[in-house]
Amino acid sequence: MSKFQFPESIKSRPVYGTLEPRPGKAHLMIADAEGAEAILDLAAQDASLMAHAHIIYIPKGTDFGDKLRALNPAQYYEGPSYDASVQRLRHVLANAHQGLQVYLTGTEGLMGQAQNEAMQAGIPHTSIQTEHRGSVARRMQCVHCKGITEDVMTDPFVCSHCGLNLFVRDHYSRRLAAYQGVCIDAEDPGNVPEPKELYT
Amino acid sequence: MSAAPQKAKPGAEQLAVRVSAVVPLNDLVTRFEFQRTDGQPFPTFSGGAHTVVTMQDDGRTRLNPYSLMSDPADTSTYAISVRRDDQGRGGSLFMHTRVKQGDEMTITYPVNLFSLDLRARKHLFFAGGIGITPFMSMIHQLEQSNGNWELHYSVRTEALGTYVDELKYKFPTKVHVYYDDQSQSIPLETLLDGQPLGTNAYVCGPKGMIDWVHATASAAGWPDAQVHSEEFLAPAPGKPFEVRLCKSDKTIQVGENESLLEAIERAGVEAPFLCRGGACGQCETDVVSYDGEFIHRDHWLEPEQQAGEKIMPCVSRFVGKSLELDR
Repeated sequence: MSKFQFPESIKSRPVYGTLEPRPGKAHLMIADAEGAEAILDLAAQDASLMAHAHIIYIPKGTDFGDKLRALNPAQYYEGPSYDASVQRLRHVLANAHQGLQVYLTGTEGLMGQAQNEAMQAGIPHTSIQTEHRGSVARRMQCVHCKGITEDVMTDPFVCSHCGLNLFVRDHYSRRLAAYQGVCIDAEDPGNVPEPKELYT
Repeated sequence: MSAAPQKAKPGAEQLAVRVSAVVPLNDLVTRFEFQRTDGQPFPTFSGGAHTVVTMQDDGRTRLNPYSLMSDPADTSTYAISVRRDDQGRGGSLFMHTRVKQGDEMTITYPVNLFSLDLRARKHLFFAGGIGITPFMSMIHQLEQSNGNWELHYSVRTEALGTYVDELKYKFPTKVHVYYDDQSQSIPLETLLDGQPLGTNAYVCGPKGMIDWVHATASAAGWPDAQVHSEEFLAPAPGKPFEVRLCKSDKTIQVGENESLLEAIERAGVEAPFLCRGGACGQCETDVVSYDGEFIHRDHWLEPEQQAGEKIMPCVSRFVGKSLELDR
């Protein structure tokens, strides 16, 4: 089951949609892990996209690579991590022209960071498509030390940089592509609730 | 003193001006330059802004919006260029035949419904005919910051190419002119193809041209948010009709050649407005009850709002038995 219905939340929380084929001169698709399934669904709706598609895929231990390659995209790249793929992404965006469609799918951390790159390259965030698939893990910023902790699955969690116990908020920063984590035991150090898995 | 749109206030704040120059440019277009009568500097404005000019035409008050086409940084003079429309409702004819150098007039503070998106990597301008005017001030603004822009300007004939000579002389590599009578047309698809990511397109001209640019850009995958347009509608004449204004407790008649907004104003009822061309949304009015059909012509309301919920009295009309408005 790669789809998850997020409960309604504050306005700051990003809302994801379902990828749909749109007219464009070129199609840049960026996915991690189960996001591959959304790309397969997209290709099933309009296989002709693939002739002008560039897929950047980060498997994160899944094995969708062969299925994506079988779609015959104009360009296919598989990277070991987002950080390892970001150079390629920047190069693609720097040389792209108006009429490029961007499709992001997979975890929130991947979509947020890739959306940020696309926005900096001049694409309005309103025209970048996103679809959440797979893990509900979050990319969190510690509001105290500003360090980023990736793939946070529990609330509260321990900041991987400064060691504070952080409460997972729905308050999101598009600029940082991260949710905000706030010290949960500032008033009463050591009084930390038992960590609970997100959305359980 | 703010020029920002304020709800429930008729129009932007007014400036008293004297016509400092009347410059005929060709058979159809004349430039009018204004200076403040109180000697104060004008407010600066942003490229693409317009002003609403008040014309006292033998007891009839005309209010027409015109794009400011002077340098936005020039606080001594405002300038507009007016195309004479012999079939129009008379505002442009009044400007051409009655307004002389030295006349005193009233214009509003600048209002901008067609501003540059300064996040854009490049600005691609498409002008048709008198639609050149907002681009004149935008170009002034961008030239001050060494902005990246390009103009594609379609005109009927060389004789009617308003500002063509000036633009081509100043910016020979950035300005491209297409003459209808020489069967030239803007190669839109080619121009939209291959523009750098983050380019914004702007179009001002006849409705057909605006629709063409929006549709072509959309089909080429351009984000809607990066295609901007401005079209001022003139209120179309139509059959006279009667309207009940329930807040003011008045029943008014809307004549064949006046807009609903003008009829409301003539009855002494203060109604908010800004652009008077169906674009800004300021004059939006709630419909209380109706028996008949609306003739909506605005660019503002959603289709479901047009189904008997709201009306834009600056450009839209009504045909039928009765109409009651919350005004």
